[in-house]
Amino acid sequence: MNKDNIIVKVENLKKYFPVKKGIFSRTAEYVKAVDDITLEIERTKTLGLVGESGSGKTTLGKTLIRLLNPTDGKIVFDNIDITNLNSRDLRPIRRDMQIIFQNPYGSLNPRMNVESIISEGISVHNTVPKKDRKDYVLDLLGEVGLNKDVINRYPHEFSGGQRQRIAIARSIAIKPKFIVCDEPVSALDVSVQAQIINLLESLQSTYGLTYIFIAHDLRAVKHISDKVAVMYLGKIVEIAESEQIYKKPLHPYTKILISAIPEINKKSKLEIENLSAQEIPSPINVPKGCSFHPRCPIATEICKKEVPVLLDKMSGHKAACHNV
Amino acid sequence: MNEQKSISYWRGVWLEFKKDRLAIISLVLVAFLLFVAIFQDFLAGNKPLVLIDSGKYYFPVVTNHKDLFGIDIKEKYINDENSFSIFPPVKYSPTENDLFNVLSPPSADHFLGTDDRGRDVLARMIHGARVSLSIGVVAVGIALIIGLFLGSMAGYYGGKVDFVISRLIEIMITFPVFFLILTILAFTNPSIYNIMIVIGLTGWTGVARLVRGEFLKLRKTTYVEAAAALGGSDIRLMLKHMLPNSLAPVLVSATFGIAGAILVESSLSFLGFGVPPPDPSWGEILSQSQKYVDFAWWLVLFPGIAIFLTVTSLNLIGEGFRNAIDPKLKEG
Repeated sequence: MNKDNIIVKVENLKKYFPVKKGIFSRTAEYVKAVDDITLEIERTKTLGLVGESGSGKTTLGKTLIRLLNPTDGKIVFDNIDITNLNSRDLRPIRRDMQIIFQNPYGSLNPRMNVESIISEGISVHNTVPKKDRKDYVLDLLGEVGLNKDVINRYPHEFSGGQRQRIAIARSIAIKPKFIVCDEPVSALDVSVQAQIINLLESLQSTYGLTYIFIAHDLRAVKHISDKVAVMYLGKIVEIAESEQIYKKPLHPYTKILISAIPEINKKSKLEIENLSAQEIPSPINVPKGCSFHPRCPIATEICKKEVPVLLDKMSGHKAACHNV
Repeated sequence: MNEQKSISYWRGVWLEFKKDRLAIISLVLVAFLLFVAIFQDFLAGNKPLVLIDSGKYYFPVVTNHKDLFGIDIKEKYINDENSFSIFPPVKYSPTENDLFNVLSPPSADHFLGTDDRGRDVLARMIHGARVSLSIGVVAVGIALIIGLFLGSMAGYYGGKVDFVISRLIEIMITFPVFFLILTILAFTNPSIYNIMIVIGLTGWTGVARLVRGEFLKLRKTTYVEAAAALGGSDIRLMLKHMLPNSLAPVLVSATFGIAGAILVESSLSFLGFGVPPPDPSWGEILSQSQKYVDFAWWLVLFPGIAIFLTVTSLNLIGEGFRNAIDPKLKEG
């Protein structure tokens, strides 16, 4: 693979949140939200990132674009090491990376109208001259499928889907290269979800965008992703081409997730269904060895002692499991 | 959707505020008071608004005229048939002594009576309005600037900054503020400006705590995070995103603050530490009444009513404002 083809490269990335206890607020333990993740994202492709709540997928997404500071590891964005850049040096790079949040009801400033929300980025980076900004915003509104006369409205006058369109317009206004889509459709009606995903796809082909598409179930990312990574308790347990992971899931956790997709005429569901019933363990007290072993149907002695490494099991298909 | 008119946040607040009748009445009262304070020289004074003498026009209230210098205009013109003059509704200056008319009860001449030096009480109250209101507004303005600055720093940066500022707030709160003000004023020159500054410097803790709390809350909101992701600087996040969203409760507390400051000024003047004589203030008129309380009821009643109405109105406005910005509070 050509090195220039990689837009985001992450090496041994860790993000631990301290849990403070006692009168002197000493740090007793850590939540290991992102624990030693190594990852590469190709330009103009979409990486789906899937996992249960608490698996650290949102933390990973926010750490990638330095909305959160990593505890350890290295982040290379567009061939620049951004791991330790201060906020001033980071500002020009922020033009190239954006995020779309899960909750469109919280992501728009209630005191600002649509025009000032969407032109926020271009006024920070001054990429569009002041007199052209209104026309620029009008063009963007058309592009995300909103009526042009909404430009003076306030967020509370819109539905969830419309708000998400405004949030998308705000993100693409500064013409980024890379967007973290943090469950952009999970707060929306099913009927609206498809529209937003289609919008994201058409913007991707227009602007040559690279996406990380975060979701909590595999069904949502199936359509849009080129590659899918499955996260469990801060670690990536399986990563492969989208087709591969659906056809031939290797890790038992991925199998459980796929079996959880409701489908008509499903046969293989019963054999693993009852095994997935347990709750995800607390990320503070991660089980020793393979963190998945208490829930794993094929766990053996080694799984309780040794942490499995993410290895190539087939060409381009990596999984972290001792027994596959 | 297309027909619907777009409503900004503040417009929504105003529509909600309008429903509270008491608050609207209070607003009218305070507006009237502001009018009185601004146009005090046209409402009470011993100079005529317009004077026409032998074909010459004079406007003694607005400008000084050389050829009127040294002339007691009132004595000369009030009953002069050869000239024409219009006097303010109250024909007395607040500092004009009349020792033949000491402590006279309300009459057609002195609408609200006179005090122990024969000064017209209504004239003194009209001129006292500006003193009381400006002390309230300026003192709260000072408190707001300090409180907004320290509160936003503590809430935005957290950690050590928050620790230091929070302790500072707690230390300030432990002082009995009124006695602190008395002590400071005892050591400084008595003047309106010193009173404003001292009340302002001791009154910022409430605002600071409020803003700190709001900023702590807003720091975690997604739209502030989104603005940070767009590359907005700390100052931009604070001024454009967090401050406008925390302003409403601050303004509510500022309204209560103005009422409080007016009350403090009245108390200080009542105790003799306030506005230095001969400048009038409502509290100062009240303090005079101490000696003559058995018969001079007009010295107690009128400034008392003025203070009461002003403070109550400001509190009702604050109350209505608070309900308007948080409709949930009203149901509970």
